[in-house]
Amino acid sequence: MNRATIDLWVGIFVTIGLGAIVFLALKVGNLTSIETKPTYRLEAKFDNIGGLKLRAPVKAAGVIVGRVESVRLDTKTYEAVVGLRIDNGYQFSKDTIAAILTSGLLGEVYIGLEAGGDPAMLADGGRITKTQSAVVLEKLISQFLFDKAASGPAK
Amino acid sequence: MADSTIARGFRRIGAGTINAISRAGFATRFFVAVLYHSPSALRRPQLTAREIYFSGVLSLVVIMVSGLFVGMVLGLQGYDALNKYGAGDSLGIFVGLSLVRELGPVVAGLLFASRAGSAVTAEIGLMKTTEQLTAMEMMAVDPLARIVAPRFWGGVMSMPLLAALFSVMGVFGAYIIGVRLIGVDSGVFWGNMQAGIDFWPDVTNGIIKSIVFGIAVSLIAVFEGYDANPTAEGVSSATTRTVVGGSLAILALDFVLTVFMFRGLGNG
Amino acid sequence: MVGVTFGYDPRRPVLRGIDMAIPRGKVVAIMGGSGCGKTTILRLIGGQLRQQSGEVRVGGQSVRDLSRDGLYALRRRIGMLFQFGALFTDMSVFENVAFPIREHTDLDEALIRDLVLMKLHAVGLRGAAQLAPSELSGGMARRVALARAIALDPMLVMYDEPFAGLDPISLGVVGQLIRTLNDALGITSVVVTHDVYESLKIVDYLYFVSEGRIISQGTPDEVRRSSDAFVRQFVEGMPDGPVAFHYPAVPYAEELALDGR
Repeated sequence: MNRATIDLWVGIFVTIGLGAIVFLALKVGNLTSIETKPTYRLEAKFDNIGGLKLRAPVKAAGVIVGRVESVRLDTKTYEAVVGLRIDNGYQFSKDTIAAILTSGLLGEVYIGLEAGGDPAMLADGGRITKTQSAVVLEKLISQFLFDKAASGPAK
Repeated sequence: MADSTIARGFRRIGAGTINAISRAGFATRFFVAVLYHSPSALRRPQLTAREIYFSGVLSLVVIMVSGLFVGMVLGLQGYDALNKYGAGDSLGIFVGLSLVRELGPVVAGLLFASRAGSAVTAEIGLMKTTEQLTAMEMMAVDPLARIVAPRFWGGVMSMPLLAALFSVMGVFGAYIIGVRLIGVDSGVFWGNMQAGIDFWPDVTNGIIKSIVFGIAVSLIAVFEGYDANPTAEGVSSATTRTVVGGSLAILALDFVLTVFMFRGLGNG
Repeated sequence: MVGVTFGYDPRRPVLRGIDMAIPRGKVVAIMGGSGCGKTTILRLIGGQLRQQSGEVRVGGQSVRDLSRDGLYALRRRIGMLFQFGALFTDMSVFENVAFPIREHTDLDEALIRDLVLMKLHAVGLRGAAQLAPSELSGGMARRVALARAIALDPMLVMYDEPFAGLDPISLGVVGQLIRTLNDALGITSVVVTHDVYESLKIVDYLYFVSEGRIISQGTPDEVRRSSDAFVRQFVEGMPDGPVAFHYPAVPYAEELALDGR
């Protein structure tokens, strides 16, 4: 086994190996997405965030405009404070509504932004004031049963 | 009374434990010595390149073919299970995550331990048996620097590359099954995968795992070879220990690393 | 070596109180039955093992007291021929002989090439330079290992069973090489062997070792004329004598229960 052949094969091996890593990073992962573009931060408070996770998408009209960056509990008001990282290319008005939605019935949880008519835009660090908390299935069911019970005896 | 079976049993357990502990101590000193001699080995890239060839390049076929098959099986089984919940579109992300986070590093590591690890152990063990290591020592060349360290680093450098190639072939295999055979939509396959897998932490943790596995397996392989009994039987049992020990080490480390890496993936 | 006692397991000494002097420029043979500690002596000289008591001095320096660098410096001046050659199987013959030169000197390739070919020529294998060790016969491999051992022109060469397993022609060749190289290069040679015939032909002095002690010593003529029982048994190859034929065991009759139990 002479040196030139070994070097050639090692070179090929290392190249395709690194290529595989790059492939995994780009095509399988999502290295080229939002994380590399300039972004700004918004905050929103919710009564209940349901199944919202970190890095969940933030969508407006179904288009991903950002990601959930942080989740914490405000110990004074016992509300969830969610930090959103939004692409610089998208601006939202001050009366934007942020709602926690589910794609499909059992799909992933995301934040949907619905723009309002206010000409003033939210800046970096701004707070979305109008929020709609997640629909918690248990509450929905108990509400349904309660309504049923209330309307039942009346018949 | 002192020689009753129970007493003898205890004595053997005690001796065995002490033996194991002293062997572990020797292994640690060995590891430190290998690291100490590494710079001189790495300063001669020819040596290490040769070992990357023998450990990495010669494992390519095994790794890539296995990756392909594992990916195809994942595609079949995965689709079958996901479809029951109407989540057939998530096949891409299911396969991708399984491979990148777990199967890539672990299975590639196990294959590497069996193929390349045992080969290295056998080679070093044989050199010890035929007195080549002693000859080198008597010529004032430290075999740790010249023989052991290059093989160690060859293994460490090959592992991540092999794991990545395994994952890629796996994804490709799942793609063939899922998109071409079963009919999952190609765009959905790739789109969901990309949405669900992040470079950080998924891909990078997979790479970290494969590097850790590479270090563990390579260390075990060179140690067993160096420590082997210089007989045919000794070399044979050393290679067995490399494969078994390396495999167990991979699985145990996988558990530990997974706990550390992926535990915080709930709500944050 | 003076008063050297050594054992791999300190409670069971392999060598007991060995006194041995190897004069410069001479060929000295260390003989004895298998497993009597001959190879151990070589390892003590080379610093691979440390004796429990006594002194081992090479060129005036105590081997045991050398630092790591000192030990490596010493080993560069010692060449060793291992029992079956111990050639590096992943290199060609040329590369094997060039190995010590490359590792310890900064000579350029042309000079190394000339040196290697010279050493190979001295052992008669210059034409085999491009072969792989697996392609060599036992005798040829032994000779290549010899060329490698003298690659750096050492002051002392140690031979571990150089005659083991060779055909008569190769035996003669190796024996001749040991003698001529010793005289031509002005080195000192220590030969560990149990081949009496070849040794008596070429060495200047012999030591006989049995059960860790020096039983007898002398020049070849003295040995041939010796009346020591051990030497006589060894030289004439008699099955029984001071070295018993039977491994210690219970008396034969008793073992076979012949006395009617």
